Amino acid sequence: MQSKPIVLSILDVVSIIVLGVAAYLALVFAPTELVMGDVQRVFYFHVGTAWVGLLGFILAAIAGIAYLATKDMKWDRFEVAAVEVSTMFFFITIVLGSIWARPVWNTWWTWDPRLTTAAVTELIYIAYFMLRQGIEDPEKRARFGAVYTLLGGLSAPITFMVIRLFRTIHPVVIGSQSAEAEGGFSMTTDMRAAFFFSLFAFTIIFIDLIWHRIRLGRLQDKVEELKLNLSL
Amino acid sequence: MSSAFRLPPSAAPRFLAKPTFFKATMAIVQKDLAAEFRSRELLSAMLVFSMLVILIFNFALELDIKVRQSVTAGVLWTTFAFAGTLGLNRSMAVEKDRGCLDGLLLAPVDRSAIFFGKAISNLAFMLIVEAIVLPLYALLYNEVRIFQPAFLGVILLGSIGYIAVGTLLSAMSVQTRTRDVLLPILLFPVAIPVLLASVKASGGLLNNATFAEILAPLNLLIVYDIVFIAVAFMVFDFVVEE
Amino acid sequence: MIEVKKLVKRFGLKTILRGVDFSVEPGEFVALLGPNGSGKTTFLRILASLSRASMGSVKVAGYSLPNESAQVRAKLGVVTHMPLLYPDLTAEENLQFYARMYGITNFQSRITLVLEMVGLENRRKDLVRTFSRGMQQRLAIGRAVIHDPEVILFDEPYTGLDQDASEMLDDVLRTVAATGRTVVMTSHDLARAEDLATRFDILSRGVITATATQKELKKTNLLTFYKQALVE
Repeated sequence: MQSKPIVLSILDVVSIIVLGVAAYLALVFAPTELVMGDVQRVFYFHVGTAWVGLLGFILAAIAGIAYLATKDMKWDRFEVAAVEVSTMFFFITIVLGSIWARPVWNTWWTWDPRLTTAAVTELIYIAYFMLRQGIEDPEKRARFGAVYTLLGGLSAPITFMVIRLFRTIHPVVIGSQSAEAEGGFSMTTDMRAAFFFSLFAFTIIFIDLIWHRIRLGRLQDKVEELKLNLSL
Repeated sequence: MSSAFRLPPSAAPRFLAKPTFFKATMAIVQKDLAAEFRSRELLSAMLVFSMLVILIFNFALELDIKVRQSVTAGVLWTTFAFAGTLGLNRSMAVEKDRGCLDGLLLAPVDRSAIFFGKAISNLAFMLIVEAIVLPLYALLYNEVRIFQPAFLGVILLGSIGYIAVGTLLSAMSVQTRTRDVLLPILLFPVAIPVLLASVKASGGLLNNATFAEILAPLNLLIVYDIVFIAVAFMVFDFVVEE
Repeated sequence: MIEVKKLVKRFGLKTILRGVDFSVEPGEFVALLGPNGSGKTTFLRILASLSRASMGSVKVAGYSLPNESAQVRAKLGVVTHMPLLYPDLTAEENLQFYARMYGITNFQSRITLVLEMVGLENRRKDLVRTFSRGMQQRLAIGRAVIHDPEVILFDEPYTGLDQDASEMLDDVLRTVAATGRTVVMTSHDLARAEDLATRFDILSRGVITATATQKELKKTNLLTFYKQALVE
C-alpha cells in the first residue's frame, strides 16, 4: 500500500497554516463591526464553512452521476468523502449561525432560508448514511447512494426557493445581494480581505480533508479484500 | 397420485408481440387495483390512520376557528404525507415479499413501465384516501372552501410529486435491511419542497391570498413534479437491476 | 440456444462465479447440480437477465445479455422457488396479468390450455392465497410458459413440496420437456433430476467441474458422478 504522498503531507501543513492565518485575520486583523460588535467575527468562518459545505454537496451529486455512468468505484469513494465532509461543514455552519444569532437577534435559530436549507441538507445526509448502512452489497450500496445524492442534489435547491416564499415573523436575514447584506452591515477593505481569505482557507482545508477521506476509503477496501483472502 | 396432462401443441402459432409500454403500465395498474379492491387492506389502513392523525391534531393543537383556518393546509398535508408512506411501503412490499418484483422484471418491457405502473397505482390509492378524508374534514370543521377546484388541483399536483419520488424511494428501501423504517427517513427530506409548496399554495387558497402569492409556490410545485418524474423515469433502471 | 463463455460474477470483493463456460443445444434438458453456495442461483439469475455478469459473454436464444435483454426475456420462462404470484388474485387473473405483460392478445384460450396442462383448470376462479404450495408451484409453471418461451429455467423447483406435489411436478416437467423446449434446472434433489434430464452439469466453487449426458451416466450412477466431480 502506498504511503502518504508528499503532496498530501505538504497540504496538511498548508491547511493548518491557512487556518491559523484565517483565524488571525478574522479575530484580530479585521476591524470590529460597529453595530454587532465582536460576535460579527463569527461571520467569516460561518460563510467559509457554508461555502465549503455547498461545494461538497455539489461534488457529491456530480460524483453520483459519474458513478452511475461509469460504475467505477472510485466515484463512490469520492461521493462518500464529499458527503461526509459536507455534513461536517454544514454542521459547523449551523452552530456558528446559532452563535451569531443569539446576541444579535436574541434567538438561537432563525428560519432563514439558507440556514434552514443547510439543516434540511443535513437531514438528507443522515438519510444517505442510513441508506448505505442498510445495504451489504458494495455495488448496490454505491448505486443507491448515487441515486440518492442525485435526488438530494435536485431537491435541496428547490427547498431553498420554496422556503423563501414563507415570510415569517423571524428576522429577515436574507437580502437580495450577497451575505454582506445579512444583519445589515457593509464590509470595509480589511473585512473583505479577511472574508475572502477565509473562503480560500476553507477551500484548501476541504481539499485536504477529502483527499484524506478518499485514501481512508481505499485503505478500508483494501482491508476488506485482505480479510476475504485470509478467510478463503 | 399423478394425473395425465395434456400437451400444449408444440406447433403453437407464434402470437407473441412485445407489449407496448402503455399496455404493460396499464396491466400493472389494473392488477394493483384489482388486488386491492378485493382485500382493501391497504386502503383501510391508510384511511384509519388518516382519521387518527386528524383526531390527534384536533386535540394537540386545540384549534379555535381562527387558528384552524391558517393551519388546515398543514394538517391535511401532514396527514397525507404519513398515510402516503403507509401505502408506498405496502405496495412495494407485496412485490418484494413474494418475489413478484422478479416477475415484473422478467417481462420483455422497459423497466420504467414498472415504475409508471406502480406510481399510478400508488397515486390512485392516495387520491382515493384524499377523496374520503377531505370531505370528512370539511364536515368536521365546516370548511367548505376545500371544495374549490383550485384547492383540489393543488392537492392533485402535490400528490403526484410526492408519489413519484416515493415510488422510486420505496423501490430502494424495500431492498435494504431496514425496509419500512427507512422509507420516511429517505422520503421526507427530499419531499420537503412538495409538502411546503403544496401547503403554501393550498393554504393561500383557503386564506384569500393574492394570485401572485399562490402562483409562486404553484410554479415550484410544477417544476418539482416535472423534474422528479423525469429523474425517476431515468434512474429507475439503476434501482431495480442487479 | 444458450452460450456462456468465461462468465465471472462478483459481489463486491467476493467472486461467486469464476469463469463459467456453459453451452446448451435446443431441446436439451440440463440439470445443473452442485452444493449450496456454488453459485447455481446466481448463474440462473444471470441467464434470466435479472442480474448482470461482471465479465464474460452470455447469449440466450440468439440474443446477447445484457444489451438485448428485452428480446431474451420474451423467449424466456423462469420458475424460482418463490411462486411470483399475487395472493389476492385468482389463478385466472394472475395468468391474465402475465399474459398482458408479455403482450399476448386474445389470451383466454391460452390461459385455459395452460391451466389444463398444470392440472388447475378447476381452481381457475380461486384466489391463489387458498392454494397449497404444490399448487402454487404448478401455477407458477403455467405462468412461466404462458408466452410459449423457447427456454425455461427452473431454480430449485422442488423446494418445499411433499411427495404428492413432487410427483405432480414431475409430470408437468416431463410434459414441458416433451414439447421440445430447452430447459435448465438447478436442483438439490439428485433422484428427481436423474429421471428428467438429458444432461448433467456440476457447478462447484464457481466453475463447471464436470458434465455428462444421460447415456454416459449409465456406466456409473449419478451420485457417484456427483461426488467425484466435487472432489476435483
